[in-house]
Amino acid sequence: MSPDPSPVRLHVVTGKGGTGKTTVAAALALALAADGRTVLLVETEGRQGIAQLFDTPPLPYEERRVAVTRGGGEVKALAIDVEEALLDYLDMFYNLRRAGRALRKMGAVDFATAIAPGLRDVLITGKVKEAVTRRHDGRPVYDAVVVDAPPTGRITRFLGVTGEMAQLARSGPIKTQSDGVMAVLRSPQTAVHVVTLLEDMPVQETADAIAELTKAGLPIGSVVVNMAAEPVLPADGLARAADGGLTGAELAPALAAAHLPGGDGLADALAAEVTEHARRWAGQDGLRAEVEALDRPTVELPLLTGPMDLGSLFELAARLEDHLQNGETA
Amino acid sequence: MTAARAPRPGPVAGPMDLDALITDPETRIVVCCGAGGVGKTTTSAALALAAAEAGRTVVVLTIDPARRLAQSLGLVELDNEPRRVDVPGASGELHAMMLDMKRTFDDVVVAHSTPERAEQILANPFYQSLSSSFAGTQEYMAMEKLGQLRASDRWDLIIVDTPPSRSALDFLDAPNRMSRFLDGTMIRLLTAPSRTGFKIASAGFMFFSRIISKILGGQLLRDISAFVAALDTMFGGFRERATATYELLRRPGTWFVVVATPEPDALREASYFVDRLSAEEMPLAGLVVNRTHPPATTALSATRAEGAAEEVLEAGGPGADLAAAALRVHAERMLLATREQHLADRFTSAHPEVAVRTVPAAAGDVHDLDGLRGMAEALTGADGDTPTGTPRTRVLPARRR
Repeated sequence: MSPDPSPVRLHVVTGKGGTGKTTVAAALALALAADGRTVLLVETEGRQGIAQLFDTPPLPYEERRVAVTRGGGEVKALAIDVEEALLDYLDMFYNLRRAGRALRKMGAVDFATAIAPGLRDVLITGKVKEAVTRRHDGRPVYDAVVVDAPPTGRITRFLGVTGEMAQLARSGPIKTQSDGVMAVLRSPQTAVHVVTLLEDMPVQETADAIAELTKAGLPIGSVVVNMAAEPVLPADGLARAADGGLTGAELAPALAAAHLPGGDGLADALAAEVTEHARRWAGQDGLRAEVEALDRPTVELPLLTGPMDLGSLFELAARLEDHLQNGETA
Repeated sequence: MTAARAPRPGPVAGPMDLDALITDPETRIVVCCGAGGVGKTTTSAALALAAAEAGRTVVVLTIDPARRLAQSLGLVELDNEPRRVDVPGASGELHAMMLDMKRTFDDVVVAHSTPERAEQILANPFYQSLSSSFAGTQEYMAMEKLGQLRASDRWDLIIVDTPPSRSALDFLDAPNRMSRFLDGTMIRLLTAPSRTGFKIASAGFMFFSRIISKILGGQLLRDISAFVAALDTMFGGFRERATATYELLRRPGTWFVVVATPEPDALREASYFVDRLSAEEMPLAGLVVNRTHPPATTALSATRAEGAAEEVLEAGGPGADLAAAALRVHAERMLLATREQHLADRFTSAHPEVAVRTVPAAAGDVHDLDGLRGMAEALTGADGDTPTGTPRTRVLPARRR
């Protein structure tokens, strides 16, 4: 087993809706579990996206193995159920599990998490912190914990809310718990990764989230550019096509030499597709400068044309593993 | 010969005629809904533009538009009121607004109480967190604003973009959930157990209430108490209000347009939403599959294009590299389109009655009136009017030539 590539043990993955943060979180968990490590992948929004990605039945509120990796590594997954977490909490501090069940029937638990939205976040981050710091036989149970966190619009509140709650409750168990959670979140053990696409809105939201998180004293990890198109054309052809300078007439002779049917119609259609491909690529490439300006370690994941299955997840994981290792040596 | 096994086409639904829908004077409200990140805002704005150009007086209520799109609609400031957008040559009028949920909530409070009481509520810390961060406030206020716009009768068509939530169902569920919460016995029990005299307010409940106050702080409970007391005499219950706006969605003249991208998650959300609309007897205009990638020709399958790329390279000669690259671009495009068509077919086989319209992805972001016009054309244009003749209900033709 190689040494830990990084001091970071808690990886929080956020991103605008639709950028694929659940997929990135899952791939990151696989990457971190390589070479015999044990990683916990945590779902926080109750959408069972992890179960779908790993093609398993819906996850209960229980740590379950969802994948094995090379060298005997494994990824376990946990879908946090806020009600269960509150009952755990009542049990832990007030020995109230049975009363808690009755209260749940009355809708009281739902109510408590509704009047104080921050309570929900405290319970989730508290559970995450517990998994990060859990030890067995003198060593951590998990080499890393990856959190599929709420989207960029809510991430600072989600992670910072324990600070607010600590102010709300000035003493007692909540205060102690919040302080412990904040200590882990603000430490070098934690990295918040932001997933983006090379599109206006996601890049803008990524910049906003990084600014907010930095202001809140939360450590930023990498920017993950997801679903990046890779150019098929040589660079000069790409630039020319993006400018609209590629015509069917230019492609036609070579196509005719390969005896393709369709004649000029086919050549024109291919030229149109190439122009669109080049323009899309140019549009994305233009946003790369904005991503670079964020001045964070950046990794690009390709747009995969096939359906997302375990094989594709491992493909993305390999890219992330490279990135993590290069990040360490750089 | 074929690239992939062609998915079996499902039963055929009629094409979706959005042009007829938005130009019909009987149509008064169009709600665009779907999962987050599928292009609801752009779809709403494009439909609104098309309607204005067709002569209607239309307002589009957007929730969270991209900055450049907002600017192109003249939405530079959040003033929670519709502003007219200058559309050169349009025979109708286009107005646009961006929802400010806090301000909308404040307006409701002010409109339904005495000045003193309103001041008291607006200053209450629990109200402040409720109006700015309670899960569901945005949906509730979008519904509220829709009710206000409709009541003013200033526009003959209202197009609503729905809040960016994880689940499309939130738009329908959140307002009721919130009113149930505010009207609910739990809040009364917790805030004034002595007043309601509920017998089920057992020792266990009192114990829970003590713990809640320990966990959340006694101040929060006192704030809630004050808020509920102020609200109590204010207006006839949140529930009635939410129900009234909900009923608006069932009235004739309201149509839902469900938006999805050709991705499994987005289409699953669309599926849930379609089932729900049907259960609620709310009228569905159809499904917009946004950001598809139809190829410019369907004469060459992905496999043949890959093979041809090799042949072209072997034959060599000037332009061989470029032509081979073009064939590879086409092969990728065919694979992508095949996957998208397969996903759309899966939706259609589960919902054969739902009309579908595909909207090709633009090469860049849509952020100006021209971009919106292009999208409007794809949404409302004639069904078979595409470069390859593939009907706009599909990404690829149903049968190979």
